[in-house]
Amino acid sequence: MTVAIVRFGGSNCDRDALRALEHLGIDAEIVWHDDGLPADASGVVIPGGFSYGDYLRAGAMAARAPIMDEIRAAAEEGTPVLGVCNGAQIGSEGGLTPGAFTTNRSARFQCEPVHLRVENAETPWTEAFEEGDVIEVPIAHGEGRFELPDDHLETLNDEDRVLFRYCDADGNVTDEANPNGSKENVAGVLGADDNVAVLMPHPERASLPDIGPTDGQGVLLGFQ
Amino acid sequence: MTAYTATVTVRLKRGVLDPEAETTQQALERLGFELEDLRSADRFEVDLDAADAADAEARATEMAERLLANPTIHDYTVEVAEA
Repeated sequence: MTVAIVRFGGSNCDRDALRALEHLGIDAEIVWHDDGLPADASGVVIPGGFSYGDYLRAGAMAARAPIMDEIRAAAEEGTPVLGVCNGAQIGSEGGLTPGAFTTNRSARFQCEPVHLRVENAETPWTEAFEEGDVIEVPIAHGEGRFELPDDHLETLNDEDRVLFRYCDADGNVTDEANPNGSKENVAGVLGADDNVAVLMPHPERASLPDIGPTDGQGVLLGFQ
Repeated sequence: MTAYTATVTVRLKRGVLDPEAETTQQALERLGFELEDLRSADRFEVDLDAADAADAEARATEMAERLLANPTIHDYTVEVAEA
């Protein structure tokens, strides 16, 4: 029962994810994508980074790697799958989750703490929270603007598949609190079922008490 | 088999924000140019051998669908010419 953290060429948050999961007592190991998904993987993290230099579009190359077929199959069988930052871009490019993450409204790379409002607390990734809770985690991305045609977004809202929205410290979802111009401030979404989630902010960077806030722990507890 | 070049042009759907194009437009305006709007696109030139132009177009279209474009945010066109 081990969570597989899938490393692609250019992943760079794999070790952070490992350390955060270990801190929470969750068994995890880093897996090179070309070696395939271990048969006994109890969960999958697609970590952040800059896989394949963000060529074409962030996540586009990794999303077409053979291991993604195995990850999609595991996801369909109910295995928890979490994509963070570049992992979120890979997940959306690979059809695990709806929408696309593209160039920030600022056209710049942004690395800063943000507030997120928990939109749906009835998922493995948000059980530790209450709906409406405000958590603080960092973002670090240049292509994090969530895009989805309006009618699809409406469906996503109706199905309660928006996990987090960018908000201010008081939980108000405003344009000022939207760091990258994401549609309706969407920061993270669920896949077809709630065992699959992606988000641009980094919960693994807000999980170790020694280095700051630990609000990200709740998200990673989805692997427990 | 005939050698073809398929040109796949990928652009953002109308209405999708393009911060890089906006920044480029601002830079042009800073240089003193007057313009109303600016759109950017990616162009891929794919050389391939195919039975006929329709086959070349079909294959390039599948390339666009599966990788070159992201249908969530992009439109694309495919043009085929003998190489």
